[in-house]
Amino acid sequence: MWRWFHRLASPPHLYRTAGALTPWFAFAAAILIGYGLVDGLAFAPPDYQQGDAFRIIYVHAPSAWLSLFGYTAMAVAGAIALIWRIKVGYAVAAAAAPIGASFTLSALVTGSLWGRPMWGTYWAWDPRLTSELILLFLYFGVISLRKAFEDPGRGDRASALLGIVGVVNVPIVHFSVYWWNSLHQGGTVMRLGKPEMPGSMLWPLLAMLAGFMCFFGAVLCVRVRAEILTRERQSTWVREVVAA
Amino acid sequence: MNARESGVGVARGIWLVLGRELRLGFRRPDQLLQPLMFFLIVTTLFPLALSPLSALLRAMAPGVLWVAALLSSLLSMETLFKADADDGTLEQLALSSQPLGAIVVAKTVAHWLVSGAALVAMSPLVATALAVPPKALPTMLASLALGTLTLSWLGAIGAGLTVGLRRGGVLLSLIVLPLAMPLLIFGASATDRAIGGENPAGALYFLAALCVFTTSLGPLAASAALRITLE
Repeated sequence: MWRWFHRLASPPHLYRTAGALTPWFAFAAAILIGYGLVDGLAFAPPDYQQGDAFRIIYVHAPSAWLSLFGYTAMAVAGAIALIWRIKVGYAVAAAAAPIGASFTLSALVTGSLWGRPMWGTYWAWDPRLTSELILLFLYFGVISLRKAFEDPGRGDRASALLGIVGVVNVPIVHFSVYWWNSLHQGGTVMRLGKPEMPGSMLWPLLAMLAGFMCFFGAVLCVRVRAEILTRERQSTWVREVVAA
Repeated sequence: MNARESGVGVARGIWLVLGRELRLGFRRPDQLLQPLMFFLIVTTLFPLALSPLSALLRAMAPGVLWVAALLSSLLSMETLFKADADDGTLEQLALSSQPLGAIVVAKTVAHWLVSGAALVAMSPLVATALAVPPKALPTMLASLALGTLTLSWLGAIGAGLTVGLRRGGVLLSLIVLPLAMPLLIFGASATDRAIGGENPAGALYFLAALCVFTTSLGPLAASAALRITLE
């Protein structure tokens, strides 16, 4: 187990592993998202309060979850790279940042489209919405800090540290609906005991969640491969790969 | 060479750096005054742009004060490590027998004394001009004092991360402002409650908690940032 884990720290090995994993993630994502979309949008019963408009949850909730997951993954990869000086960690962090930022943007856009029929407004200065917006700004900060340095190694380390500092925002986003009396509805899936949702609505949502995770995995693998190729472009194994 | 061999303990080291920073600060009074002038001017803009009605001014005073304080602190934050990094002093300090965290503490506290504390001292003048009632002033002073200190720690992290960059100013704002938003929310709401005659204790406790949190972890993060950018 540890041996397998240690070997991932070697760029060519990670490059090959990510390449081998990509089709599996992509395949699983296609099946899960396909099932979730069809069942969620066509067959799940309409909500007794929100009617058919609730169906945007099938895109909104997984995006919001992935925005936090992506940030945490980025920060953990950066921390691993900083602490154990494992260089591929920076490649993973650099690859994860734009994906997480895209999911954050998607959660904000779908949430605002959902807010229009439900709350009568596209945007409210509500704790959860505001903290999600802050998360987007943090992503922007991390991404632009990496690019600001002429020496890429320094940019990597600086943005990894900023990512770790920004982790304080993740629990704030997650618990904002419980801590403050928020306009945003509370959690319905991730809670102790029984979820507050009938199975016919829940299964497509869980499938979308898993599907989005796999999609994240697939895109991350592709981007990590590209990052590794760019970073290791001076080494012989990359020349062999590119020449082949 | 460790601290014992050099004959200068950590506390004495902090004290020496603090004294040096304060002397340097007071020898360049224009650099000290500029952020304060900026604070004054920004707060002057609002009554001119919106309306000089005192009811409206009173309603927006907490927000105006806090946003202006945030921006002017950011403005002065860029200079925290800049001069010392440019002439190599910072590298010498980092190589010295003192722990870098202690040096960061001394520099940040000195910076807060000449910028943040000065801003707090000037805020009653601005607040009175914005029609804030005198009974709300103690709360406003306390919230700004806690807030600017917290902001100094956040700014030290940001300044540490951007110190080697040629145009770090904008990036510094991009890094520090998202982290400072909770501060703005609780700071403005404490002042707002005090103006409305409500009990501001909850928001002040939150500010104090943020201040303790950043004071304990900020020096660690800022010195880690400096190690990265100085390398």
